[in-house]
Amino acid sequence: MSFDFTQNFNQDFFSLLGQARVYKLDSALLDKAYHDLQAQVHPDRFAHLSEAERRLSMQWSTLANEAYRTLKNPLQRAVYLLKLEGVDTAHESNTAMPMDFLIEQMEWREGAAEARAEGDHNELEKLLLRLRHQSADIYANVARDIDETKNYPAAADAVRRLMFLEKLEEEVNEALDSLDALDS
Amino acid sequence: MALLQLSEPGMSPAPHQHKLAVGIDLGTTNSLVATVRNGIAVVLSDEQGRALLPSIVRYKVDGHIDVGHSAQSTQALDPKNTIVSAKRFMGRGLKDVAHIESMPYDFLDAEGMVRIRTLAGVKSPVEISAEILNVLRLRAEASLGDELVGAVITVPAYFDDAQRQATKDAAMLAGLNVLRLLNEPTAAAIAYGLDNASEGIYAIYDLGGGTFDISILKLSRGVFEVLATNGDAALGGDDFDQRVYCWILDNAKVSPPSIEDTRRLLLKAREAKEMLTTHNAVPIHAVLATNEQIDLTLSIEAFAEITKTLVEKTIKPSKKALRDAGLTVADIKGVVMVGGATRMPQIQHAVGELFKQAPLTNLDPDKVVALGAAMQANVLAGNRASNEEWLLLDVIPLSLGLETMGGLTEKVIPRNATIPIAKAQDFTTYKDGQTAMSFHVVQGERELVADCRSLARFELRGIPPMVAGAARIRVTFQVDADGLLSVAAREMTSNVEASITVKPSYGLSDDEIAGMLSDSMSYATEDMKARSLREQQVEAQRMIEALEVAVEEDGQLLNAEEKVEIDKHVTQLKSVLTCMDHRAIKAAVDALNKATQEFAARRMDQGIKRALTGHKIIEFKV
Repeated sequence: MSFDFTQNFNQDFFSLLGQARVYKLDSALLDKAYHDLQAQVHPDRFAHLSEAERRLSMQWSTLANEAYRTLKNPLQRAVYLLKLEGVDTAHESNTAMPMDFLIEQMEWREGAAEARAEGDHNELEKLLLRLRHQSADIYANVARDIDETKNYPAAADAVRRLMFLEKLEEEVNEALDSLDALDS
Repeated sequence: MALLQLSEPGMSPAPHQHKLAVGIDLGTTNSLVATVRNGIAVVLSDEQGRALLPSIVRYKVDGHIDVGHSAQSTQALDPKNTIVSAKRFMGRGLKDVAHIESMPYDFLDAEGMVRIRTLAGVKSPVEISAEILNVLRLRAEASLGDELVGAVITVPAYFDDAQRQATKDAAMLAGLNVLRLLNEPTAAAIAYGLDNASEGIYAIYDLGGGTFDISILKLSRGVFEVLATNGDAALGGDDFDQRVYCWILDNAKVSPPSIEDTRRLLLKAREAKEMLTTHNAVPIHAVLATNEQIDLTLSIEAFAEITKTLVEKTIKPSKKALRDAGLTVADIKGVVMVGGATRMPQIQHAVGELFKQAPLTNLDPDKVVALGAAMQANVLAGNRASNEEWLLLDVIPLSLGLETMGGLTEKVIPRNATIPIAKAQDFTTYKDGQTAMSFHVVQGERELVADCRSLARFELRGIPPMVAGAARIRVTFQVDADGLLSVAAREMTSNVEASITVKPSYGLSDDEIAGMLSDSMSYATEDMKARSLREQQVEAQRMIEALEVAVEEDGQLLNAEEKVEIDKHVTQLKSVLTCMDHRAIKAAVDALNKATQEFAARRMDQGIKRALTGHKIIEFKV
């Protein structure tokens, strides 16, 4: 079976990877669909063919990678789904968050900075766990808001919180990295 | 570039027509060529039955060029014209190469990449590597009886864009059609995985003559998926020789050796290193040109001691790769050892300790890369039916980015992203009427541009004059399946299309790549400080400029007293601008902001079009 290169290059990522347009994806099925698609479009299949065919293959393979990366990541998947539903999560301009959430963020951030300064591995690991717990709860809400109640504004709000949490998680991971670098 | 048309576009090749393709492992110390014959990958040997071709090129006075064993056997006689380990110079400037002072060559620091002055004239590392590749091409053609349709050339996974491009150029110079640049650990994984029908997550630990790679791969149902890669493009068996050589000099207490004796002692060092894989101690004897005698014994314990830090330099990247893959040691099903240097017992021991399991050494670590490359070449040439093919998903080893204001790096493509990949980033002009914009493409993990590798600089011209911030310049990065980058920039709002495509070339280089990633971890704190300082400086500079424009336009809104007050704060800010304390700058910025609040409000009241939102005069984006 050979891939139809004339199909719409601008189709959405769910359709490209043959997935239903829902938040709760089956990760194993997604992996398989991605591998099947790459098996058909990857440049390694076209290395012996003409320049034009190689270029086309690279473009589709690039698209397949982007689609998979977007759908595989729970946060990016939510942002993408909301965009398809016409909801811009506007993560740059709209950062109005409830005060209690912001205060908690600030406390965690300070905690992370302190633990980093003191080289406190355990505290950072604990913080990471707390962050993941909170994220997991919010992700469950996102799934419900998008797939069941179709409450997109609520989902967009949750997504914005998750962006804060992800940023913080990155910082904590970075702090752990830098402590490891000092240790070894 | 000689592009070999292998078949008419759209036409599949005639069935059963086996196309001759080879895999070439262009190594620091040795190079090999392999092919798939009757479905089995085999290394091709020379007439004397030798599989390994020493990666050594000697330029002789009569214009003749010796490559391989003949160059190796005479290297101590003519070290100046006998180039060993040329791979270390690929895509590298003079200041990037370690131990350059102890090398016997007559280096020239040409644009970007070093050159070596030889009896046959000035040679670039690309030309020297091409001589090696040419010998392997001839060997393959003689052995297979026909011309090759193409070759897969392996490169260290941690090679950056400049080094990859240089390798591809060398292959083309040698008359090879490059089907693909393939990462060495990935090639080894193919050979290993297909041989053992393996499933699960494997670590490939590849310590060659001059490079170190660690790749974490997931093998499942014919898919080889690289999850993360890391390494050190300037660390290998050569460095262990160098340590032994220094140990010999330290212990023998001889006068500084001539370049011929240096080469001779380096060879002795290598022999000793190799002997120590099977012996507990080795004697080292040599008589120098000065008639001084060297008579030493190197024990395995002493050897382990003097090379301890080198072994450690492979452990950090290994841990980092695991973390980047989001895995722990417990997830790793097996560790495959690749590269001659992994024969050293202290390496096997350290790797076993890290991964808590004995490493796999059932494939010849010298040949496994070439064999995997041959298998991939066979697939790429189109020799297999599609249902027998496997899929290889590889990643880019180092982040790619652009320089932004203040010498900071803005990452466009993160490391470990699956290739091919494309990413676009939009930029805008920061001055009214600006018609050109320059870009600086860099590769590396550090926050400051100065600490990353410079790949290319280019300028987009012909932007139609607009007010600052109105132009939309889209810069697109595309990394192909060889891991090579091309960059395009285009102004999107105007009908006038100004676009440019650059292929970063090895012609441009600056800082060292060795240990860039591990540096980025140890310097993370330093970077953060430097970053906030730069950000504050940029912010302050912008604020001053914006304020000057505002005062010029609407100075009548201020009385003399207010002007003095604002000037005072500007002067204050300027005076702390060059100091290294970001908090002092921040304080001065805040003070100036406060002092100009009223002014900003009045300007808004007056209904000035300039989009000053809120109370902060500086908050319009440039």
